[in-house]
Amino acid sequence: MKPMKIPRIKNGTVIDHITAGNAIKVLHILNIPQQQGSIVSVAINVKSHMGKKDIVKIENREIAHQEVDKIALIAPKATINIIRNYDVAEKHKVILPNELIGIAKCSNPTCISNGGEPVRSRFIVVDKEKPRIRCYYCEREPDDIASRII
Amino acid sequence: MPMDFTGKDIISIKDFSKSEINQILNYAIKMVPYAKGDKTTHLLQDKILSSLFFEPSTRTRLSFESAMNRLHGRVIGFADPTATSQKKGETLSDTIRMADAYSDVIVVRHPSEGAARLAAEFSDAPILNAGDGAGHHPTQCLLDLFTIYNEKKDIGKQNVVLLGDLKYGRTVHSLAYALSLFGANLTFVSPKSLQMPREVVNECTQLGGNPNFTTKLEKALSDADILYVTRIQKERFPDLEEYNRVVGIYQITTSLLEHAKEELRIMHPLPRVTEIAAEVDKTPHAIYFKQAFNGVPIRMALLSLVTGVKL
Repeated sequence: MKPMKIPRIKNGTVIDHITAGNAIKVLHILNIPQQQGSIVSVAINVKSHMGKKDIVKIENREIAHQEVDKIALIAPKATINIIRNYDVAEKHKVILPNELIGIAKCSNPTCISNGGEPVRSRFIVVDKEKPRIRCYYCEREPDDIASRII
Repeated sequence: MPMDFTGKDIISIKDFSKSEINQILNYAIKMVPYAKGDKTTHLLQDKILSSLFFEPSTRTRLSFESAMNRLHGRVIGFADPTATSQKKGETLSDTIRMADAYSDVIVVRHPSEGAARLAAEFSDAPILNAGDGAGHHPTQCLLDLFTIYNEKKDIGKQNVVLLGDLKYGRTVHSLAYALSLFGANLTFVSPKSLQMPREVVNECTQLGGNPNFTTKLEKALSDADILYVTRIQKERFPDLEEYNRVVGIYQITTSLLEHAKEELRIMHPLPRVTEIAAEVDKTPHAIYFKQAFNGVPIRMALLSLVTGVKL
C-alpha cells in the first residue's frame, strides 16, 4: 500500500475528486478555514485512476451537503464523505442547487449587480451537468465560471 | 382562466406565456378609443405613476405618460436624472424605495442591464421595465406584437423579416423570441458583422422556430408579410470604422418595394435615420407611425392590469 499524501482523519469531512487545481477556490466558496476553526488539509494534483484531482480534509466538522453542493460549480465530480471514527459514514456526490447567491461575480460590467447596489450576486443554474449559470439580473452567462468566483 | 396581473412586474417578455400575451393584446384593443381620445375614462383617477427615466427617451416616456393621463391617473417623476439624488450618489434601490412610497406603479428606464429586476426586489408597487441598457424592453415588444396583431390578426402565420442591426438591437432580440413563441416564420437580414446573437437564435429554435439567415434583402422581401427595420446604432459600436462600413448598407425605398407583396407592412421602433426613405411614409406599406401610437393603448392596458383597476 502506498503511503497517503495526507493522513486519514478520525472525524470530519473529506471532499474528494475536486477538479485538479480548484481546491483553493473550493475552500474559498465554503469560507474555510475560519478563524479558530478545525484543521484543514489540502492535497493538490493528486494522481488517481481518473487523472489528477484535489482533495480537502476538514477535521471535526461535518459539512451539510446542501452547504457543499455549490462547489459543483467548479468541481462537478466532487464527492463528499462524512467520516466518523475513521469510517465513511455518509457519501454523496455534489449536485448544483437551482440558485447560487453571493459566490460569483457577474461578468457583465454594466450589470446592475456590479453597480454598487445593496444586493448579492445571484445566478440561476441552467445546466447542472455541465455547469452553466445565468445572472438573475442581466441574464448573461459567464464563459469562464471559475474566474468569476468572488 | 385569465391571468390576474394585479401587482405583477413587467420585466421581460420571457416572463409571459403566449396566452398571457394574447390576454394583454386583447385588452389593449379595448383601450384604443380611449387612447385616441374618442372616449373618456377616469379608470386610474386615484393612482399615481412614478416615471423614472435615468436615460433619455422620447416615445417610451411620452407614451407612458400619455397612457396614464388618458386614464386620468397622475404622473410624477423625472426625465433627467442629473436633477435628482442620483447625482449625489443615491443608489437605484433607494430611489425605488422612495418612488414605491410615493406612487402606485413605477416605470423605470435605466442604463444598467437587470435594473428593472433589481427595482422589483425593492418595491411593492409593480415595476414596468421601460428598457434596461442592452437588456429588455417588454412594452416595446408588446406594442410590436399588438401592431402585427392589428394588421394581420394571426401573428403565427406571418413571414417576418427582421432587418438591420440584429446584434446590438435589444428590440429585435425580444421580438424574435416572442414571434417564435407564436410560431411566425422568421428571416434575419443583416450584414455579417451584425448578425443575430447565437443565444437568441438558440432560443428561437428551442421554441420550435427555424429562422433563415441572409444578407440579401431583396430576396427575403419577396414573400414577406412584415418587414421590421432597425437603425444601425452608432452609439453601440466600439469601432467607428466598423460603423461606417455597415451604415447605409440597406435602405428601404419605393423602388425596392416594387418587388414586395402588396400586403407587406413595414415597421420600425423609431427613431429612424436613413434606413427608410421618407418617400415610403406615404405608401400603404408604412405602419411605423401607427406602431408608435400603439404604445399608448398597450401601456394603458398594462397600467390598468398591474394596478388591478380594469375597464
